[in-house]
Amino acid sequence: MKCPQLTRPALLEARDITRLYGRDQGCQDIDFTLHQGEVLGIVGESGSGKSTLLRVLSGLEAPDRGRVVYHTGEAGSVGGNPGKDEALDLYAISEARRRALLRMEWGLVHQNPRDGLRLGVSAGANVGERLMALGQRHYGDLRAAGQDWMGRVELDPARIDDAPRTFSGGMQQRLQIARTLVTEPRLVFMDEPTGGLDVSVQARLLDMLRTLTRELGLSVVLVTHDLAVARLLAHRLMVMRRGRVVEAGLTDQILDDPQHDYTQLLVSSVLTP
Amino acid sequence: MTAIRQPFLSASALDKTFVLHAQGGQQLAVMRGLELSLAPGECLVLAGRSGIGKSTLLKMVNGNYRVSGGRLTLHFDDGELALSDLPAQAWHVLRRDVIGYVSQFLRVVPRVSAREVVMEPLLSRGIDTDEARQRAETLLARLNLPRRLWDLAPGTFSGGEQQRVNIARGFIAEHPLLLLDEPTASLDAANREVVVQLIEEAKARGTAMLGIFHDEDVRERVADRLLPLEGHMLGAGEPAPLTEPSALTPASCSAPASCSAATPSARHSTPQEPLS
Repeated sequence: MKCPQLTRPALLEARDITRLYGRDQGCQDIDFTLHQGEVLGIVGESGSGKSTLLRVLSGLEAPDRGRVVYHTGEAGSVGGNPGKDEALDLYAISEARRRALLRMEWGLVHQNPRDGLRLGVSAGANVGERLMALGQRHYGDLRAAGQDWMGRVELDPARIDDAPRTFSGGMQQRLQIARTLVTEPRLVFMDEPTGGLDVSVQARLLDMLRTLTRELGLSVVLVTHDLAVARLLAHRLMVMRRGRVVEAGLTDQILDDPQHDYTQLLVSSVLTP
Repeated sequence: MTAIRQPFLSASALDKTFVLHAQGGQQLAVMRGLELSLAPGECLVLAGRSGIGKSTLLKMVNGNYRVSGGRLTLHFDDGELALSDLPAQAWHVLRRDVIGYVSQFLRVVPRVSAREVVMEPLLSRGIDTDEARQRAETLLARLNLPRRLWDLAPGTFSGGEQQRVNIARGFIAEHPLLLLDEPTASLDAANREVVVQLIEEAKARGTAMLGIFHDEDVRERVADRLLPLEGHMLGAGEPAPLTEPSALTPASCSAPASCSAATPSARHSTPQEPLS
């Protein structure tokens, strides 16, 4: 047989990113490329700089040094040139364009669903909002999309008119994921998406995320401190400690054959029931 | 195997060493200077006593373990591909299209049904759901997994039932290279027979297979050749002394006389089998 195509186009590049709040607080010298369709897990203890890195990558916080480059792909990008593959320097483009990216081509799933949802408006409106931002106005279509996505994340579509504040934590998290994925973003950032949930709810969410990433061909940057979650969802891992990446590579390789002493400690500290 | 055939997989002077940081950087050399050549349609069986580290070799070919020294190469029609130091994204493609792995234990994903576990390798290639389901059901039926279990997550299945799900998952995608880690260990005679048939069909398709079989009867029936590992696998001597990193290069690694009492699986408290 012939050798299959082993490389995929780059989607997001982090080039020597540093964002420090103090000595060893934040992230430093982070350099990697995320390819299309890849799920990258960022693991490490709390305080290792994972969330800071995620904020920088997702356009929420400018780095002290370094660049984040987003490749728009063949289809081009909002506010850019359609049909032209562009490499956008995230912090060199305008604030408006960066926000448009985050709203339309990217998605951000917060650890706390209350940060990603509008609790006072209905579940359906939460899902429809991002579609409206893309210019959809037809009420029937928006409602149909809301019901379809509630079904896909295993929420009862009959509750489309209920406010998320009447939902449980696990249901809110699934609604946040529906709200994020309804626009079929190319790139999704997730910060501890299963943190704070009961294990049974967590399992359901993990299974759902696995299926959705495969079906939609999503590229994902996933921050988690849970190595079991990382093993299930991530193709590739970066292990962070004190703001730096100490080891990176194929998920199985990092977890089965860790090279760095910190990674060995991390892997051997996991409890398996 | 008398005819000289172009190999699909080859190893040359292959070494594996684990460095245990928690034990003061102790180096555990488990393999030295392994040579192998595996042609399409051939089943090469790793021989050697239990605990010698046969699975280590399979895990290196599957990318779970890094190559410490030497070469591990896939021979494609359009050129060779060295498996050491491949970027992670290349492994995703190789595991989807080229290298299949039937591990000893099924990694159970909560809530995913046995049928879906088996369908997944096909779905990841973009094969249509109906076709994937049909092929999964055909295999599960051949392996005599009761139909009432197909919709259940394999977490509560018996060892033999889980193994049959794992075998179906490993064989469904017809990878050109298949790694088999004791696929018949907890099966009854009837199901062992099915696995032997599956292996023979895979050979006929031109699949290259590297396997571990403790069951002598199965081994004799499926093995085209045996690869004795005693001379290369150093899983059972005294611990190797702490050495400088330069000592890891293949040239300076001429078989240390002593090796460790610790088995590789003692390295972590959580030995885990990969799902994919």
